[in-house]
Amino acid sequence: MSDSKMMPLWEVFIRPRNGLNHKHVGSLHAADGELALQAARDVYTRREEGNSIWVVRAEDILASDPDKSAENFDPAADKIYRHPSFYDIPDEVGHM
Amino acid sequence: MYSQGLLGANTETEETPEFLAAFQARIDREEKIEPNDPMPAAYRKTLIRMISQHAHSEIVGMLPEGNWITRAPTLRRKVALLAKVQDEGGHGLYLYSAAETLGVSREQLTEELLSGKAKYSSIFNYPTPTWADIGAIGWLVDGAAIMNQVPLCRCSYGPYARAMIRVCKEESFHQRQGYELISSLAEGTEEQKAMAQDALNRWWWPSLMMFGPSDTDSQHSDQSMAWKIKRFTNDELRQKFVDATVPQAELIGLTMPDENLRWNETKNNGQGGYDFGEIDWDEFWQVVKGHGMMNKDRINARRKAWDDGAWVREAALAHAEKQSNAKTAAKTAA
Repeated sequence: MSDSKMMPLWEVFIRPRNGLNHKHVGSLHAADGELALQAARDVYTRREEGNSIWVVRAEDILASDPDKSAENFDPAADKIYRHPSFYDIPDEVGHM
Repeated sequence: MYSQGLLGANTETEETPEFLAAFQARIDREEKIEPNDPMPAAYRKTLIRMISQHAHSEIVGMLPEGNWITRAPTLRRKVALLAKVQDEGGHGLYLYSAAETLGVSREQLTEELLSGKAKYSSIFNYPTPTWADIGAIGWLVDGAAIMNQVPLCRCSYGPYARAMIRVCKEESFHQRQGYELISSLAEGTEEQKAMAQDALNRWWWPSLMMFGPSDTDSQHSDQSMAWKIKRFTNDELRQKFVDATVPQAELIGLTMPDENLRWNETKNNGQGGYDFGEIDWDEFWQVVKGHGMMNKDRINARRKAWDDGAWVREAALAHAEKQSNAKTAAKTAA
């Protein structure tokens, strides 16, 4: 490739409407944040998908290690006492 | 469609029989495979090949239709065509992003397209000499693409499946605008109707070839089915497409260019389906090998676009670097 430098990669987050979270929708390449926002608008909001965009440099995202997903997330599986249905209360109480 | 923050992680996997069995078990449980999950090298390689060919097809696919944007007969047709071609560019981007999660760079994929090493769908090596071709492409080419793409939304590789969901949502408009366009011509003057029929005659067989070689000749099918990258074989999808499309042609008074086409009520487990004539596989392989009518033009057009855009990419990167340096300098001063 003739270009000596690669275009940085950006992750795109869109808020579909007020009251909802921004959600990851995809990624794109752009030289800087301003151009990344413009490209994100063109690529990811052509059909009223949202009213707010965040872009983040992909290299700035830290991710948990998939190899450690068992030790990270399995311990939660046997802690059913963290859920309301674990506790017995009289039926007469109704909804609680 | 995935945060690629971990790109560059070690992708080597030791493929012991236990590992391969555990991987297949995940697939059989319908678990999605995500980037950086351990996967067999051949699974990764197959996906890179499929997704990048798909991405290239979207990008090269902008060319035959782009040919008609300036000559669309009405503003309504022009905005539709512009929007469609813009969508194809977006689809290319979603797919390159999905391929990148497997550890290839977009630069590398672009390089392979421009050097002629990479394949893309042969259908785009056919020319678009008349306005009716734009209708035929939307109706038949996008119709065939949708047949392929809907099952890919359930592909075992998460990023590809997510990209396909977005693509399929947008693709439906492409097919409908094409069918509407060719229907208008079919209802028009004798000359317009003849133009519509001529486009159908030229695009029908290449559209059937889009599903790839027959199951008996396809190199990649079995393993891809076992890994749930593909959910249906080439011939199954081709049959679905024929069965869906023949009545659409009849409805607007056009005739499929196949004298062997007839209803067979024993087909599809007794639900009925169409028998159709033999595909000219020699033509298919000729075009795949680069001897189609437009192969050279398409690659030249992509090269020109890449070269003509070089100064924009360079300027944007230089500007970004300057801004970043200015920011650092201001911080240091403060």
